[in-house]
Amino acid sequence: MNVPALLVDIGEEAAARRTTRFTVPGIKCAGCIGKIERDLPKREGILSARVNFSAKRVAIEHTPETSEDALIAALEAIGFEAQAVADNPMGTETGERRMLMRALGVAGFGMMNVMLLSVSVWAGAQGATRELFHWLSALIALPVIAYSGRPFFASAWMALKHRRTNMDVPISIGVVLATALSLYETATGGAHAYFESAVMLLFFLLAGRALDAVMRDRTRAGIGALLGRMGKSASVIGEDGTARRIEAGDLEPGMLALVAAGEALAADGVIEEGSSTLDNAMLTGESVPETIAPGDTVHAGAINLAAPIRMRLTQTADDTALAEIARLMDEAGQSRSSYVRIADRASRLYAPVVHALAALAFVGWMMAGAGWHQSLVIAIAVLIITCPCAMGLAVPTAQVVASGALLKRGLLVKDGSALERLAEVDVAVFDKTGTLTMGEPTPRIDLLDDEARRVALGLAQHSRHPLSRGLAAALSEVGVEPAKIDKVQEVSGQGLLGTWNGVEVALERSSGGVDNGGGAELSARLRIGIRAKTLVFSDALRSDARATIGALAEQGIAASILSGDNAVAVAQVAKQLGLPSRAAANPKDKLKALEVLKAKGALPLMVGDGLNDGPALAAAHASIAPGTASDASQQAADAVFIGRALMPVALAIKAARATMRIVRQNFVLAIGYNALAVPLALFGYVTPLIAAIAMSLSSLIVVANSLRLARVAGSAETVA
Amino acid sequence: MTGLAFLIPIALGMGLFGLAAFMWAMRSGQYEDMEGAANRILIDDEEDAP
Repeated sequence: MNVPALLVDIGEEAAARRTTRFTVPGIKCAGCIGKIERDLPKREGILSARVNFSAKRVAIEHTPETSEDALIAALEAIGFEAQAVADNPMGTETGERRMLMRALGVAGFGMMNVMLLSVSVWAGAQGATRELFHWLSALIALPVIAYSGRPFFASAWMALKHRRTNMDVPISIGVVLATALSLYETATGGAHAYFESAVMLLFFLLAGRALDAVMRDRTRAGIGALLGRMGKSASVIGEDGTARRIEAGDLEPGMLALVAAGEALAADGVIEEGSSTLDNAMLTGESVPETIAPGDTVHAGAINLAAPIRMRLTQTADDTALAEIARLMDEAGQSRSSYVRIADRASRLYAPVVHALAALAFVGWMMAGAGWHQSLVIAIAVLIITCPCAMGLAVPTAQVVASGALLKRGLLVKDGSALERLAEVDVAVFDKTGTLTMGEPTPRIDLLDDEARRVALGLAQHSRHPLSRGLAAALSEVGVEPAKIDKVQEVSGQGLLGTWNGVEVALERSSGGVDNGGGAELSARLRIGIRAKTLVFSDALRSDARATIGALAEQGIAASILSGDNAVAVAQVAKQLGLPSRAAANPKDKLKALEVLKAKGALPLMVGDGLNDGPALAAAHASIAPGTASDASQQAADAVFIGRALMPVALAIKAARATMRIVRQNFVLAIGYNALAVPLALFGYVTPLIAAIAMSLSSLIVVANSLRLARVAGSAETVA
Repeated sequence: MTGLAFLIPIALGMGLFGLAAFMWAMRSGQYEDMEGAANRILIDDEEDAP
């Protein structure tokens, strides 16, 4: 995601080459990088390809004639599913990280050089030499502080303007006062200048901030790689019969749109022509595809599975049922923005104490008759020594280490605030389809012989119907080689037909529904010549669902199910897991259920994937979505887990709590150091040398303590 | 004392050089894909030979 800005500039012969970026979630190892970068340029029209492994993206340089679709096809041909990326939608966040990195670089430069001069002063430089060194330090430190301190000054100013206080207020006051005092000392030929303390403080704090930004960027890149699967445009048929693509936002009611099989609907409408099946799972949580015919009403966000349809649009852009959900989500998310991070909560207590202490020192020494200059020097020394340097590092270092360890286990936590809220939850609410279950029909393939398996895979590969995809996935997983089927055709509402070695084969709708006593399960029939076999599909639970619920219970978190699916299907899952459940809840019901929980004083964790869970995800105290979830849900959630296991949910809570433990320890360490150093400062024994040593020691201790988390979060899996 | 006239500019110059190198590395995108760089050394490149 960061590459774009750079690559765009490179194209000098802009007329002859273009760069398009693709998200390729399947890049997992060095082999993939090699394969993509080596094989793609061999294709016609592709000049070069460059993989960004961290962001799971590929930038392809190609001739203007090569279309986006051709590039996606090229990537698919070498085995990677790809999606074109809109131009750098997250440029602002990347900009923030770069700004922090630059500030960190400048502060590092300043710190090293000022320290070089300061050490000579501490070593005993006298008279003119000391004065020269102080002036040189000032010359280096002033621009460095002005440049590197901006993030803190700006944030402190904003907070003060809104009559609030945050961590940056005491930091800014400390830095500004230390600089002002040092300037005065330098000008009057004094013995002590604190330039190196001011610059070092900025350097350590910037390191914390930069780590925080890197963590946010890293997970945003991961989530960005998963996004972008929804219908964002539609193919509209004009009066002259020609089709053109129109962005979802520019669609108008009354337009006639053509929706190809496999495409997502971009607006609400009524079917005019064609019959098909729709996957509504994202909107309703219903796992069974809905059969539609002309005259039926359909909603944006559903995916057309079987055959092309023509629909007359009725509601578009901001009026769709989908947009209504988005509005609910927006409102529900408001409460979360008022959450106060632990560092700011700590500084609300800390800053007044420190400032009062400094004022007290000034007044005390004045009364003791020390003169205003010495009193002021001591008061400022108190401020410098208590400046929350280690405190500024206490939170980000712990959170970065924890989120890095979680990332390796398939959980992307969006930011530090998410980790803090995850640590606080006390009840968990799960959606069913796609969250507790895989969200995809899994067939029972143990009843098929080898031949049938190969034929089934050969046929299933050709369709995007969820049953076919589920079948293909299950068969590929056990290593079945697909049989070569000729003349495959998909008949809407019927199934797939083809010939294999001259025999007619089919994968088709099963005539009689299989009743297993608890709602109709999905089934299909595989026919080879005259032999026929019925395949039963079920939306299987994630294999570790029960273990995850158990792990949550161990941490004192009670779970329940809140699903939009029908009562029978929900009751079945609830019974298997032994959880209380509520079925047939629409997005508003879900939102309300969460609000009721919050009103009772609980801090709920919502785990869900569908759009119908979106408002609930936004309203919950903390929320997690699977990587297969809808875009909107992933954006609303605090964390996203990837893969087939549910355990990352329990792991996230465990790691978040471990992180908060470490953060609190860090605070104790940082404050403990202050408790030791403050008396020295109060009695006027603190020199710049002592301040510098104390500051770096306490920072090192805090960082070292945070690093322990890599072990805690890493081993949490076996414990949980 | 006269040594300082040389040493201080040299020290500052070296510091500035390091800063410039850092800025250059960042501008040229070397921090954009840290994991990728770690993985790239594992790619066998004999196939690339013409």
